[in-house]
Amino acid sequence: MNKLKIILNGIVTENPTFVLLLGMCPTLGTTSSAINGMSMGLATMFVLMCSNVVISCVKDFIPDKVRIPAFVVIIAAFVTVLQLCMQAYLPALYQSLGLFIPLIVVNCIILGRAEAFAAKNNPFDSLLDGIGIGLGFTLALTLLGACRELLGTGRIFGLTIFPEEFGALAFVLAPGAFIALGLLIALVNKLKTR
Amino acid sequence: MLTYISIFITAVFVNNIILSQFLGICPFLGVSKKIDSAVGMGAAVTFVMLLSTIVTYLLQAYLLTPFGLSYMQTIVFILVIAALVQMLEIILKKVSPALYQALGVFLPLITTNCAILGVAILVIQKEYTLVESVVYAVSTAIGFTLSLTLFAGIREQLQLNDTPKAMQGIPIALITAGLLALAFMGFSGVKIC
Repeated sequence: MNKLKIILNGIVTENPTFVLLLGMCPTLGTTSSAINGMSMGLATMFVLMCSNVVISCVKDFIPDKVRIPAFVVIIAAFVTVLQLCMQAYLPALYQSLGLFIPLIVVNCIILGRAEAFAAKNNPFDSLLDGIGIGLGFTLALTLLGACRELLGTGRIFGLTIFPEEFGALAFVLAPGAFIALGLLIALVNKLKTR
Repeated sequence: MLTYISIFITAVFVNNIILSQFLGICPFLGVSKKIDSAVGMGAAVTFVMLLSTIVTYLLQAYLLTPFGLSYMQTIVFILVIAALVQMLEIILKKVSPALYQALGVFLPLITTNCAILGVAILVIQKEYTLVESVVYAVSTAIGFTLSLTLFAGIREQLQLNDTPKAMQGIPIALITAGLLALAFMGFSGVKIC
């Protein structure tokens, strides 16, 4: 029961995008379509799970003063692993996400969870926390991507809902990202106060 | 010379780092409540971005590429940036306490500013020369400061308005940023040479 709570905490109570408002750059930059948003979410989730487990394993050996640089190096190592794997097996996706893959290193969610959760808990709980927060992030990115794709091109995951001529292209471009995310967060706030 | 002007205009207006490339959103939303702090943040970012781009460019050109270590790029760059920020903090404290006081709060925040790492990687990807990289870094930082200051100005006015409860804070700020991005899209046709 307690384990389930850790996962649900990441998805609902402490949703990184809608509640904690962390990791805004990839949230806005990679959600031009639902599939891109989902891939970015899953990539971040992979790094988050690995770094959480490793950090909670080595937390007792790292002196407090060099804690943050050590965490950053661990995270950067996993990002490099991810980068090389994606280049080899998913080159098309790697191209479309582009710069945002190496930038997972500076995603505040990952360092934030390392500091707030993995540095205090055992490896298994940290893994669950990584899965929960990762899923919360993935869901939020997919939702935002789906909204933008639908409003911009009339499709969701490439499936046509209404003809493309009725879409507002601005939602696929930069301004739509800010406006769509702003409206989604406002909606979440509204639901929370109920 | 025309190349440099073209890089400058493109980085400041056409491909603004915040409003069209989505880098450095955290400080953009975090320190944009007052114009003073926005200008301070802009100055600190300009300083670090210029230094880190030069250092990472030289490292890439003379260490990583010749020894076939390009896959270490991410790790090396983030370490260099973190060390540089730390060092800058120590030096500024000794050499210019006034500047340190002014930038103080913003310096540690800069390590996790993805615009810095983003520019360091972009410069390598675009295969710029050293001078072009410097021009690119400075103009990107100017673009960053420009949109941050504009945004802070709007947000100061926004506080006087009566926004609906659910929209207060971040949501209305994001929608404002969206409108600002829409305005910057007007530059997207501009092209020099």
